[in-house]
Amino acid sequence: MTASKTAIGRESGLSLQKQRQKAAFWFLAPMLIALFCVAAWPLLRTVWFSLTDTSLNNLYGGKWIGFDNYLRVQTLSNGTVRYKGTLVDPAWWNAVWNTVRFSVASVVCETILGLIVALVLNAEFKGRGFVRAAILIPWAIPTIVSAKMWAWMLNDQYGILNDMALNLGLISSKIAWTANSDTAMYAVLMVDIWKTTPFMALLCLAGLQMVPRDIYEAAKIDGINPVKVFFKITLPLIRPALMVAVIFRMLDALRIFDLIYVLTPNSASTKTMSVISRENLIEFDKFAYGSAQSTLLFAILAIFVSLYIWLGKVDLSGEGGK
Amino acid sequence: MTGNKLLKSVAFYALVVVIVLFSIFPFYYAIVTSFATGTALFEANYFPKAFDWANYKAVLGGATFPRNILNSVFVATTTVVLALFLAVTASYALARVRFRGRGLLLMTILAVSMFPQIAVLAGLFELITYLGLFNSPFALILSYTIFTLPFTVWVLTTFMRDLPVEIEEAAIVDGATPWIIITKVFLPLLWPALVTTGLLAFIGAWNEFLFALTFTSSEVTRTVPVAIALLSGASQQEIPWGPIMAASVIVTVPLIILVLIFQRKIVAGLTAGGVKG
Repeated sequence: MTASKTAIGRESGLSLQKQRQKAAFWFLAPMLIALFCVAAWPLLRTVWFSLTDTSLNNLYGGKWIGFDNYLRVQTLSNGTVRYKGTLVDPAWWNAVWNTVRFSVASVVCETILGLIVALVLNAEFKGRGFVRAAILIPWAIPTIVSAKMWAWMLNDQYGILNDMALNLGLISSKIAWTANSDTAMYAVLMVDIWKTTPFMALLCLAGLQMVPRDIYEAAKIDGINPVKVFFKITLPLIRPALMVAVIFRMLDALRIFDLIYVLTPNSASTKTMSVISRENLIEFDKFAYGSAQSTLLFAILAIFVSLYIWLGKVDLSGEGGK
Repeated sequence: MTGNKLLKSVAFYALVVVIVLFSIFPFYYAIVTSFATGTALFEANYFPKAFDWANYKAVLGGATFPRNILNSVFVATTTVVLALFLAVTASYALARVRFRGRGLLLMTILAVSMFPQIAVLAGLFELITYLGLFNSPFALILSYTIFTLPFTVWVLTTFMRDLPVEIEEAAIVDGATPWIIITKVFLPLLWPALVTTGLLAFIGAWNEFLFALTFTSSEVTRTVPVAIALLSGASQQEIPWGPIMAASVIVTVPLIILVLIFQRKIVAGLTAGGVKG
């Protein structure tokens, strides 16, 4: 593809290449302007707000206060030193911990379950089309709807899951899944895994389908144990696809807001960075403080992605060294 | 030997049944609940006892929910049309024209689509109040561009890259300008890709919650997800599960039908870019 493209350039001279590049510029301009307005500019403003004492009702009345929203060292007259700001706020670190533990647990479970579902779908059996259609359903359901559906199924008194677990003898008394601080995170994880495993499974399946079938045939003839085939052949071959799927899901999990906001409102044991930032920004009238928290979330994500791409040598561009 | 084989296929089908049940049971149960009223609502019924449309009547006959549906349709459709319009030309440039910084630009676009939306919330809030769009559908159309536009550009670029180069060469030999190539040559070939991308972006916009919750403040301007999340009963304690489930079913069934009709294309769209490298 690349070779023939440069061939065009050579045959028709430089002017064509120039003309195309000029057209490309005008084709890209509207999109870039739109993205600047809705992404780059608001991001810069958020960072700016985080360095001021702006409040929600007076967006233009903020004064520059440096990094006080992040960390502020106060020396009182009697000599004691006090620290204030997000970086010493236990509620913030609780949210960071919640976000990390939620993201790691959900992505690990989704990857394993997604792989299992993908392996099933990669096998040939009757009704495969039906199963693939069925697993798309959780993916298609809006997050808010799934949060409400599961909130109802997890309801402490009338929920069907308590009923099932009681009948099966798994629990001895009804559990208030979403309200209880010990189980709230499990409830959130359950719903998230249910909702996003299909996405993982589809990405894994696409990776699996690119593995040539004759490799399996050869392994079968040689009498190699299927488990060994999976770990020694299949997994290394689909690793690039898996790495990309994991980073996409990880980024999604790290910014989670809607599911937690609806399923376990005001529960300190599930509150994530996004939830606490919005709470401060909009509800608690600590606009600048919330801006500082959302800036920190952005920074954490940016560092994480860079490290992941760098350490995992992931090729996201899809150009594959072309 | 054969016994072992039988056991294996029984285990395999058991796994298949578990996967299917796990996938569809919650939605099935929501449908069952949406038809239950009165005391039937507070029993754990695995099968529907009666088909009572009362919850649907309550939701659709309510003052605001039909309006919320219209809001969602308007916002999602407009966002998608705008994004596709901007993305077609941009993705042609990104897929077909060689220029310096193309790889960097593509990575930036991908990065924007992965943005934590909370990071732009404060800045967008300022922009939207400055433009006087607060509590209007246009606030949502503007803010949804942050995820629909990079996504459509990215997916259309991967589709456009796969179009055969010979077609373009022939058009260039005939003296076609890049604009003619896009509108007359590529667009007819891209229809399936546009439908897929548009549908995925539509689902994204339809389901969005954070911006919709923050940038609307009255019941009549809410979109469906916010309306469902904030649906409350006569008193604080009493959560109207029946109507909530009916509303959920109403907004989900069209999506599921669309997804099932276009499932092959959707799978192709979701995995585009992700694994093609």
